[in-house]
Amino acid sequence: MYVDPEIIRLLAFLIGVIAFAALNAAYLVWLERKEAAHIQRRIGPKEVGPFGLLQPLVDGIKLMTKQLIVPAGVDPVLFKIAPILVMVPAIMSFVTIPFSETLVARNLDIGLLAIFAFASVNVLGLLLGAWGSRNKYAVISAARVVSQNVAYEIPMLVTVVTLVMISGTMNLSKIVALQQGGFWHWNILNLSASPLMPVAFLIFFVCMLAETNRAPFDMAEAESELVAGAFTEYSGMGFGVFFMGEYANIVIGASMATILFLGGWDCPFGLFPGVHWFLIKMYFLIFTVIWIRWTYPRTTFYGLLNLSWKILIPISFVNLILTSAMLKVF
Amino acid sequence: MIDYLREIISGTWSLFVGLGITIRYFFQPVVTVQYPYETLPMTPRFRGHIELVKDEETGETKCIVCGMCQKACPSNCITVNGEKREGVKGKVLTEYTLDFTKCSLCGLCVESCTPKAITFSKDYNLAGVRKEAYIFDLKKRLEAKN
Repeated sequence: MYVDPEIIRLLAFLIGVIAFAALNAAYLVWLERKEAAHIQRRIGPKEVGPFGLLQPLVDGIKLMTKQLIVPAGVDPVLFKIAPILVMVPAIMSFVTIPFSETLVARNLDIGLLAIFAFASVNVLGLLLGAWGSRNKYAVISAARVVSQNVAYEIPMLVTVVTLVMISGTMNLSKIVALQQGGFWHWNILNLSASPLMPVAFLIFFVCMLAETNRAPFDMAEAESELVAGAFTEYSGMGFGVFFMGEYANIVIGASMATILFLGGWDCPFGLFPGVHWFLIKMYFLIFTVIWIRWTYPRTTFYGLLNLSWKILIPISFVNLILTSAMLKVF
Repeated sequence: MIDYLREIISGTWSLFVGLGITIRYFFQPVVTVQYPYETLPMTPRFRGHIELVKDEETGETKCIVCGMCQKACPSNCITVNGEKREGVKGKVLTEYTLDFTKCSLCGLCVESCTPKAITFSKDYNLAGVRKEAYIFDLKKRLEAKN
């Protein structure tokens, strides 16, 4: 029987991507708990398995055995579809991410655009989940999530436009290929394109935190004030899937920052590039994301919007103008 | 305009200072006591529930069954009983019960005890599921220790 190798390749990538997303989502929870514990000089999970490594598995079993309560009065279709709408785009985004020169599921010419298109579905999932659960507090919370995401998508996209102008392509593999050969070629230090490049990286990173609803911008589920906010009505694995979607989004965000600013799979000294360098940079960024969560308190909503509209957007536009001027002059 | 830029730069800098502090704590050794596996020695002034003191010479309790602790206790949680025995001077302790559900750890019993026969124990692992678990027979505890 003849099977097209392309189909086998696609299946392998499908399984690989889902396994990568799910394992990351599970073990980032473990990493988060460990890192939080060590910042507070505790130990963290240690009972289940060596170093508590089986803890995510046990948590998963616990979540799955819990009763899925669908409250009376909810919109059953929206209520059930919303967690999937958060999780699926996060997994879809992995399709275009190049982990190394050869390790990429689909080398799209519009890879960057595709990822941002999928990323915006995530917000839709949150909004539908809150709307479907017929809870006014969840709807208010979801409105905050949407306004936050709109506010932070602008500086992020303007920064990305700057990078697209520098690279001249939206193909993620080509963007990485242009940064090969040591850390002085990476976009974060590409000072000849724009002297504000390190600032642009910071802007991108802050926007990524806000887009993934991470602290200090975690308005969507401010546990202490809103009691899980937009997902108030979700129980068991419904809530678990929202949670996994959030962690998968962090992986996507860290991968994007790695690809766009830190040279992707390139070695900082120009030697032995490969997938390991991509993973090292990505996990360092994820470590930083968690580190930030356990350093800063949650901001107020006004502080959040002020930061975006008064600081990040003007600076990213200045960077855009500066870059276009530099490109025209040199 | 210059204030705006100064605020951004000093604000960003302060964020990095905060990150520096937390990463320093991250690499410092853990300070929490891993409780069920590790315990701390209690300080000498720690007030647990009361306990009978063993007389080093006889190996028995020092209690002379005067009943002062029972009288001093404001919440009536101590019960002392003794009996007269042949050939023994004074009374012999037969029952010393502490109802720890009522005890407020005021320490008046320890203060009023002339022969210094009761003291505070260093016991703090006092979880239980029944009220009866907190009615301590101190005489039995002392015998179990011997």
